[in-house]
Amino acid sequence: MNRYPLWKNLTVLVVLVASFIYALPNLFSQDPSMEISGARGTSVDAGLADKVKAALEAAGVKLKAVEKTHGKLLVRFHDTGSQLKAQDVVATVIPDGATTALTTVPDLPGWLVGINAKPMYLGLDLRGGIHVLIDVDMDAAIEQAVDRYAGDMRTLLRDKKVRYLGLTQSGTAIDVKFANAEEAAKGEKELSDEFRNLSFSQKAESDGVTLRAALSLAEQKVVKKFALEQNITTLRNRVNALGVAEPIIQQQGERRIVVQLPGVQDPSRLKEILGATATLEYRLVDTEHSVEDALAGKVPPSSKLYKDREGRPVLLKKRVIITGNQITDASSGVDQRSNAPAVFVGLDSQGARRMREVTTENVGKPMAVVFIENRTVTRVVDGQIVKRKVRVEEVISVANILEPFGRRFQTTGLDSPTEARDLALLLRSGALAAPIEIIEERTIGPSLGQDNIDRGMTSMAVGMIGVMIFVVIYYRMMGVLANLSLLFNFLVIVGAMSLIQATLTLPGIAGIVLTVGMAVDANVLIYERIREELRLGNSPHAAIHAGFERAFTTILDSQLTTLIAAVILFSFGTGPVRGFAVTLFIGIISTLFTAVVGTRAMVNLLYGGRRLSQVSV
Amino acid sequence: MEFFKKTPNIDFMGKRRVWFAISAAIVLLSLLSVLFRGLNWGIDFTGGTLLELHYAEPVELDSVRAALDEKGFGGAVVQHFGSSRDVLIRLALESQGGDEQASAHVADQVMLALRAKNAGVELRRTEFVGPQVGAELAENGFLALLYTFGGILIYVGLRFEWRLAVGSVLALFHDPILIVGIFSLTHLEFDLTVLAAVLAVIGYSINDTVVIFDRIRENFRKMRKETPEQVINAAINQTLSRTLMTSVTTM
Repeated sequence: MNRYPLWKNLTVLVVLVASFIYALPNLFSQDPSMEISGARGTSVDAGLADKVKAALEAAGVKLKAVEKTHGKLLVRFHDTGSQLKAQDVVATVIPDGATTALTTVPDLPGWLVGINAKPMYLGLDLRGGIHVLIDVDMDAAIEQAVDRYAGDMRTLLRDKKVRYLGLTQSGTAIDVKFANAEEAAKGEKELSDEFRNLSFSQKAESDGVTLRAALSLAEQKVVKKFALEQNITTLRNRVNALGVAEPIIQQQGERRIVVQLPGVQDPSRLKEILGATATLEYRLVDTEHSVEDALAGKVPPSSKLYKDREGRPVLLKKRVIITGNQITDASSGVDQRSNAPAVFVGLDSQGARRMREVTTENVGKPMAVVFIENRTVTRVVDGQIVKRKVRVEEVISVANILEPFGRRFQTTGLDSPTEARDLALLLRSGALAAPIEIIEERTIGPSLGQDNIDRGMTSMAVGMIGVMIFVVIYYRMMGVLANLSLLFNFLVIVGAMSLIQATLTLPGIAGIVLTVGMAVDANVLIYERIREELRLGNSPHAAIHAGFERAFTTILDSQLTTLIAAVILFSFGTGPVRGFAVTLFIGIISTLFTAVVGTRAMVNLLYGGRRLSQVSV
Repeated sequence: MEFFKKTPNIDFMGKRRVWFAISAAIVLLSLLSVLFRGLNWGIDFTGGTLLELHYAEPVELDSVRAALDEKGFGGAVVQHFGSSRDVLIRLALESQGGDEQASAHVADQVMLALRAKNAGVELRRTEFVGPQVGAELAENGFLALLYTFGGILIYVGLRFEWRLAVGSVLALFHDPILIVGIFSLTHLEFDLTVLAAVLAVIGYSINDTVVIFDRIRENFRKMRKETPEQVINAAINQTLSRTLMTSVTTM
């Protein structure tokens, strides 16, 4: 009577041991460490570890260990002082493009690492860090796309020698006016051949025929999607430059990006990086007109005057060949033939086609890259803080077109490897397809984060101990079993959260405490039932059996209803609220298991199969 | 140890009109309070900027207010937060000036201004919620409440019967209204975390209700001779000790 089949007992044991193992990492200390990644995600080379060790030794910085994991180098230190000093020292020995990031890594023994056990993932309100929600201006993205099409159309019509009266943009469409239906038909044929993803329609008017080219809804969607992805990529690159380990940059909804940087302490730096919008343009240098004339005031209509980085004037044609968002890749390196520093650039297919056309026509002529940045500059004027929006347009490089190229090309004529690296960085991070705006920001300082952890842990411990004392007083021996089941429950929750790396937030800790309350409830239901059965005069064994059986459906019902609340909280919540919902959810599932199966297993082990005259409940 | 040595026999159903009256009075009081006294909405719902600062020594709120005033943040709400060294500053969206781009940077400006006055000030946390996000969070919060009630209504209706379901949801309204009323009376800040807690309380509340319903259902099957009132009475009494126990431990 009241014995569990072997498989059930084994299951409970397995769950217990597994939870214990996966919860273990949380007990180990965390080392301040530094992560060194290769340039753009490549593996660090073999000799780097020795170089780093030698450099640190020479600088007198003690390190704890150096490991190579997943192509990155991890250097552990004994304290944060060494960690910070090391960052400066290591910066001198790592190759170009490699980045260092400060982080804390737990000190786990090998066998735990082997089974992929990790401590729980702490949310920002426990670790400190920045959470930023960014909105991408989709309307501007569409406008930019229409701009580009308009420019392309003008060029095409001129090249194909189709006469047109005028070209205007209106919303998501472009109107081209022709003198008569014949010209309009020619125009439509040329344009629709070239721009297959636009829809064309004609309208006859008193003074001619207007051809309307509109961005179809599908095309608009593509533009928007690309704008968002481009922004995410650019942000990722820029954020990596900040040296943060494990940044989170994700799409949220249709037009938003969430950026989470754990451990970062200065939000203003991040905001300046985010606030800078930059684009790039490749243009031909105007060799037909003289720069001096332009400086004197006679700028030809098809050109514009720019300044390069040293302030020298450059005259460029107005027609833009490539914009920044057609650049897929830019890296710095060395030209194979001349051993000179060079920048290698890759373009997307539309860019490649354009580039090929232009370079084929203009071999031997110079081409320039213009860097356009919109920045908010903070300055202190007369003790007041002044923020100004500054638009910088600079020519960052001028190089001769040696031969026609398309998808991949290289730029030489750079002064030094540093200049090449800077240019590559600019090219990579320059392109933001659409302007962005910060719409939500939460920053938690690290000291508050640590405080939160301490307070959270204390309240959790106090809560649980209080409950356990009360339960034992009230239910005696069964109470002790209930407490064991509560501890089991806690272990399962921690183990599960460590295993699936769910985020633990401060409300999440509260959620664990609440779950403990619910677990008590489940046990209480069982015990009250047992007491009742005993009062009715049933034998102890029958009472135990009936107690568990009858209480089960009630426990199920009540836990499921709380589950509904947890699920809804999860779907509607963000950040800390979501953390609460997750722990509540895991807690409920865990409670269902431990309070029903777990407690019963313990009761059965204790009382099963023996003759009982009374039960201590 | 036991709360009740024998199953109690309190006549809950008999006095139910009294309970209705008390319930209704509490609900009415809460609603009136919310209407007239209003709620202390956190920036999660209104939008705005919040800064939590820690000073090395106790600081006078007036000097902080003066420093903010100079920079044009006159409308800031400044208060102590736990100790005289911790200061909480709240700025509504309007008082930040009209420039949209600047709103996210208000926290930085405030920090610069305060650091100029007192170098030992430490920023513990800041939160900025733009106007659209604030409105969205409020809307989402409301929808979450709605869906929770709906979900529970459906679930209880399926497990028990629809009359019990409607009754349970009505009882369910009671709890969050009471909580909101208390928050309104005491002017405690009502932000996202509080809303999450309210949703959790709804979950717990229905938990209690379901336990009683379960017992009612069982009793209806067993006690064929008694009237419905007696059956329900019995159910409540039987579960009373358990209800008390759970509430005590949860608290």
